[in-house]
Amino acid sequence: MFDFLQGYDVLGAFWTTVQLTLWSAIGSLLWGTALAAMRVSPVPVMRGFGTWYVNVVRNIPLTVIIIFTSLGLFQTLGVSLGAGTFTVINFRLAVLGLIAYTSAFVCEALRSGINTVPLGQVEAARALGLGFTQVLGLIVLPQAFRSVVGPLANVLIALTKNTTVAAAIGVPEAALLMREMIENEAQLILISAVFAAGFLVLTLPTGLFLGWVSRKAAVRR
Amino acid sequence: MKPRKVPAAATAVLMLALAATACGSGGGSDDGKKVTVGIKFDQPGVGLKTPDGDYEGFDVDVARYVAGQLGYAPSDIVFKEAKSADRETLLQRGDVDFIVASYSINDERRTKVDFAGPYFLAHQDVLVRAGDDSITSPADLNGRKLCSVTGSTSAQNVKNELAPRAQLQEYGGYSECLTGLENGTIDAVTTDDAILAGYAAQDHFKGKFRLGGFELSDELYGIGVKKGDTELRSDIDTALRKMVLDSAWQRAVEANFGPAGYRSEPPPGIGAPAAETPAG
Repeated sequence: MFDFLQGYDVLGAFWTTVQLTLWSAIGSLLWGTALAAMRVSPVPVMRGFGTWYVNVVRNIPLTVIIIFTSLGLFQTLGVSLGAGTFTVINFRLAVLGLIAYTSAFVCEALRSGINTVPLGQVEAARALGLGFTQVLGLIVLPQAFRSVVGPLANVLIALTKNTTVAAAIGVPEAALLMREMIENEAQLILISAVFAAGFLVLTLPTGLFLGWVSRKAAVRR
Repeated sequence: MKPRKVPAAATAVLMLALAATACGSGGGSDDGKKVTVGIKFDQPGVGLKTPDGDYEGFDVDVARYVAGQLGYAPSDIVFKEAKSADRETLLQRGDVDFIVASYSINDERRTKVDFAGPYFLAHQDVLVRAGDDSITSPADLNGRKLCSVTGSTSAQNVKNELAPRAQLQEYGGYSECLTGLENGTIDAVTTDDAILAGYAAQDHFKGKFRLGGFELSDELYGIGVKKGDTELRSDIDTALRKMVLDSAWQRAVEANFGPAGYRSEPPPGIGAPAAETPAG
């Protein structure tokens, strides 16, 4: 029944999916944190940029962003991100696009976490003489992160599934292999089921583990 | 005011749902004089839905001729989009009566559907910039930058056999490939020559690209019918033979592929035995 799997590197394709997810997750956590810091900063220009970025980027379809990285950045502007072959260029462009998109959601999740930190904590820190970066880095963000593990897990699961969009610019991940198999095998439903199951294998443990972490880490108030 | 809007919205949703189911059951030809034909909507020269809602291309010409021979007036033909991945399902569920959508005959597909024809012999070929003289034989492709559609048979042929050392860019559609070909990031676009010829024949690309003329593979296009419907299949075969005989076939080839410098080939033997099936 599953003999159509022979001759295809399904595990390799899912490994590319995992790599896309991990690099994009790290990148969007960093850039998303920076955006959240901008959105709560006392500098109006930074607040304005943060708000503008989030509202623009999260409302553009991911497919458009990913295709723009390839057609716009690479083909038209010649940005190859230091790589020489299509395989590496496309992978990096896809990671860049996924980071740009996902960090808007990370930023908003984190900002909701910042709002859970009682104002008294910030006032106490200010009274002790801490500056903005110290208040944010030492007092607010550590508590904020602990309260948004759950929402960030949602973002991570969405990101895992969003990596399939990278097939649009030819990154050889799971969705691209699925299209190849559907083209060759005429087994639409079985092949789709196999790949759906593959994604469940990736996302279910992520959700369960991070759900457990979020219960452990949450700040009890 | 607000609560009163709810029943209206609910009615609207319900009507939409009814409309959707009504569309779903309007498939087969037995309930009226309509015939539903699956074609590609997005391949210039082969099967294209034009912005004003008309259809054009070689497959469309073949579909219209065959439907005409089966006794349907042009106004009774309903065209439905048959994307590559959906073709078997559309036939199995009876959503379309037959499919003329650059449908290469192969053994995997023949286990799911029956094929009339073949009505066209296509080859995998490359499209290069008109001024580019560095690609003159298939061997020149190794080490070059090729482009094709994600997951397509042509893309897989390049990766596995034709030019394993070539770089392959895969995009969702050929239009993206042509953008790259036009501005030089890509050296050659590869897929069936019929499809390439259709793109190169578009007004805004005329004169910019040329076909390589390499016969990298043989793809016999067939007309897909529901498995076991031998009557319809042999009727379509008869219609196709007639189309070749009264030279409507040749006219359709020239009208749709001519402007790209496509060297037309004689029509393939219609109703040819299974042994002729090419690989892929």
